[in-house]
Amino acid sequence: MRNAMKWLPPVAFLAAAAGAFVLTPYQATIAVYVMTFAIVCVGLVVMTGVAGMVSLGQAAFVGVGAYVTAWLTTTYGISPWIGLLAALAASGLIAMLIGSITVRMSGHYLALATLCFCISLYYMIGNTEALGRFNGITGIPGLSIAGWDLKGERSSYLVALVILATCMWWVRRILDSRVGRVLRSLRSGSAIAETFGANSVRYRLLAFVIAAILAALSGWLYAHVQRFVNPTPFGIHMSIEYLFMTVIGGSGQVLGALLGSALVVVVKQELQDILRPIFGTTTRLEMLFFASAMLLVLWRARSGLLPLLLSFVPLPNKSRQVMAADPAHLRPREKAGALVLEAKGMRRTFGGLVAVDDVSIEVRASEVLGLLGPNGAGKSTLFNLLSGTLPRTSGQLTFQGRSLQDIDPRQMCRQGLARTFQHVKLVSTMSVIENVALGATHLGKAGIVRASFGMDAAEERMLMGWAMKQLERVGLASLAHSPAGSLALGHQRLVEIARALAADPILLLLDEPAAGLRAGEKAELATLLDTLRDEGLAILLVEHDMDLISRVADRLMVMNFGRRIACGHPAEVVGNRQVQEAYLGADAA
Amino acid sequence: MTVDIGAILFQDGLANGSVYILMAVALVLVFTVSRIVFVPQGDLVAFSTLTLAAFEGGTLPGTVWMLLGLSAIATTFDVLRAISTGDWSVLPRDLAEDLAVPVALALVAMFGTPEGSPIFWKMAVTVALTTCLAPLLFRVAFQPIAGASPLVLLIAAIAVHLGLTSLGLHVFGAEGVRTTGFSGPPFTLGNIVFTQQSIGVIAISFLLVLALYLFFARTLRGKALLAAAYNRRGAEILGISPVRAGRTAFILAGFIGAVAGLLIGPMTTLSYDSGFLLGLKGFVGAIVGGLSIYPVAAAGAVLVGLIESFASFWASAYRDVIVFTLIIPVLFWRSLQTPHVDEEDE
Repeated sequence: MRNAMKWLPPVAFLAAAAGAFVLTPYQATIAVYVMTFAIVCVGLVVMTGVAGMVSLGQAAFVGVGAYVTAWLTTTYGISPWIGLLAALAASGLIAMLIGSITVRMSGHYLALATLCFCISLYYMIGNTEALGRFNGITGIPGLSIAGWDLKGERSSYLVALVILATCMWWVRRILDSRVGRVLRSLRSGSAIAETFGANSVRYRLLAFVIAAILAALSGWLYAHVQRFVNPTPFGIHMSIEYLFMTVIGGSGQVLGALLGSALVVVVKQELQDILRPIFGTTTRLEMLFFASAMLLVLWRARSGLLPLLLSFVPLPNKSRQVMAADPAHLRPREKAGALVLEAKGMRRTFGGLVAVDDVSIEVRASEVLGLLGPNGAGKSTLFNLLSGTLPRTSGQLTFQGRSLQDIDPRQMCRQGLARTFQHVKLVSTMSVIENVALGATHLGKAGIVRASFGMDAAEERMLMGWAMKQLERVGLASLAHSPAGSLALGHQRLVEIARALAADPILLLLDEPAAGLRAGEKAELATLLDTLRDEGLAILLVEHDMDLISRVADRLMVMNFGRRIACGHPAEVVGNRQVQEAYLGADAA
Repeated sequence: MTVDIGAILFQDGLANGSVYILMAVALVLVFTVSRIVFVPQGDLVAFSTLTLAAFEGGTLPGTVWMLLGLSAIATTFDVLRAISTGDWSVLPRDLAEDLAVPVALALVAMFGTPEGSPIFWKMAVTVALTTCLAPLLFRVAFQPIAGASPLVLLIAAIAVHLGLTSLGLHVFGAEGVRTTGFSGPPFTLGNIVFTQQSIGVIAISFLLVLALYLFFARTLRGKALLAAAYNRRGAEILGISPVRAGRTAFILAGFIGAVAGLLIGPMTTLSYDSGFLLGLKGFVGAIVGGLSIYPVAAAGAVLVGLIESFASFWASAYRDVIVFTLIIPVLFWRSLQTPHVDEEDE
């Protein structure tokens, strides 16, 4: 069965190619439209479905591609293939410019910025003499390879098919790589990427540029197939249609792009054939249908129609055998008792509220420091100050003897700090092992170019093997290929620990790891923490479970109202008067 | 450019800007309360003008059919909801809002607004009809997904816009219209001629902005609306229904859109699809204010109007290019102010 799945894409490709000789010229023309649009939608899958950013300006990038090649080939008579390079470069540059301004902002700003770009470009082209104003450019040369003419419906069909298939293959390949895993984590926010050393803004920009380049590729194809361009197909309404095609088809998967564009193009065509005789040739009532369909999808099947269809098809679990492996370079461990993290006078205020007030803390190698405190005592804020998620108002921070000024989570990850989150942050649609491999992001080097050409295979084997090893340590190896979202909450916390371990940390910050675990699992967690300490890790553990904390903690620190009220050997601390007051009230003590 | 021309352009820009102010304020209002970027806001403006034009021309405006259609769908949703949840207690109120009011308004438009009735009556009916569209749109398109992320809501809003333009073409036709509206003799102050129209537009816009500002800053109901936007769950626990809040915001937005349609009708020719650009220009203004601060959003909208007016003097073909490219530096400036935004989806 698995082998059968492997052969499915090439077989589907050949079957589609055979279509060139079966379809009528009219059907072939429609199919070329579908495939041209699908290329844009594949880009939107990367940007919207995977990285969670909405663009309302994809048609503008299609227009950039089409007009760059149209202008170059008609004015200077250069080859369409050089026009292709120019088109891709131009759209990439524009996307970088717009993206560097907008990708760091929240979603609807990007959507509106791209929308405005689309409108500006439309009027810009329509008013520029050299681009033929609203009349457009005619006489664009068709495509040819080595003297072989590629005009006509059938050749266009084949060219479009080859380009689309390449794009789909390429995008799937990227999404399955180290870079792709980070991209896929962005949809649930940038916290995961940043915590494990990846610059989320750069990755967002990457997704935006990929989408723009694919759009320009589609525009180039459009220009040389139609051999005529005007501004109309690059306006805002087409941008909206691209987005709708992608969302309707299923923005999470590459195949959804093709399904969406095919459905929309074909249904629209059929509807027009029905509606025009009834309501006259100018009617646009098919758009009403389209809008209602869109609302229904948002309402009932937000991840699109493809997942809905696939849920009826029994698909084999794509579980690849992964052998545990180690990276070539791991951080040297500190000697037992060496000072790993030292924070003095940490303070953080939110307006008038002092959340963390002059707290000092030191964590040593081969030590578990338990951090206790009632709710609202400032434990999580302290965690965030140490991991760089929040900037501190004042205080000094030293990590392995290096003094650190302004820190961010990425930098702390590279320094050797890894953490789990109190509210579990996993990418629920990714498999458990892929989630763990996200932790090792900074241990790999392969970028998008190496991933495109399959030159990252050895590194991927290493990263996945390393991730597998961490899963074995937390006892979840058997669940490696399940979607992370399908696990029980307690197991999800263990996956978070495995992911933090995959970052090869010196200091591990655990935020309530035992919440949601059963008694047996807690015992296993305690054993795991013992092992990690013996290996030389420094561990800071926030936990409410007294059994666990008294079993594993070497020292205890207690916070209340943002202050450190006690620190020392567990037995002493538990007997401390202030601590008893904090937990049981003044009278009890 | 002489001072006279400059003054005319300035007045023009201010009048257009005032309409954009209304757009910006309505968008900010809806967004702060419901997290919906209400793209169809401009469509309501165009529909309002087209409705009044139809009354002036002595025909029944297509808005009536739109209203009845939406009302039918909304009523169906209400009844289905009651059946599926078994909760019949709110159905009478739903039916009153989604069925009785629209039908009553439609009847008034059909039988109570003859060609000879006074212009102010026609305007009132126009405002009522157009305002009523907004809460029905909320019921049909947004209420089923009210808790979704802003991006999902944005996509839904775009779908609604597409649907409305498609319907708009069907019921209003493709021709552009201009309404007679209110007008009087222009007057001069110094060397500059003022039209009563533009002064009226500016005055009404500023009054509306002031009223909204006071509503949110001073009244309990206004504060409750903001609370519903800030924390849905929390507001619900405190007895503020986010659905009711969203509905109220839409009614206000519909009203603002309808008034804007009356104001702009005599100044510009509008057709079924003119609303989109109008709304977008309001957006550019609203975004300057970060989609949250009324006075700043209003100032941004005036700026857009002025830039547009002066741009049309120097480079009229590139007018829209200039206005819409303006948003890029504005966003850049805002991105420097808010360096870190983290948005979680679903």
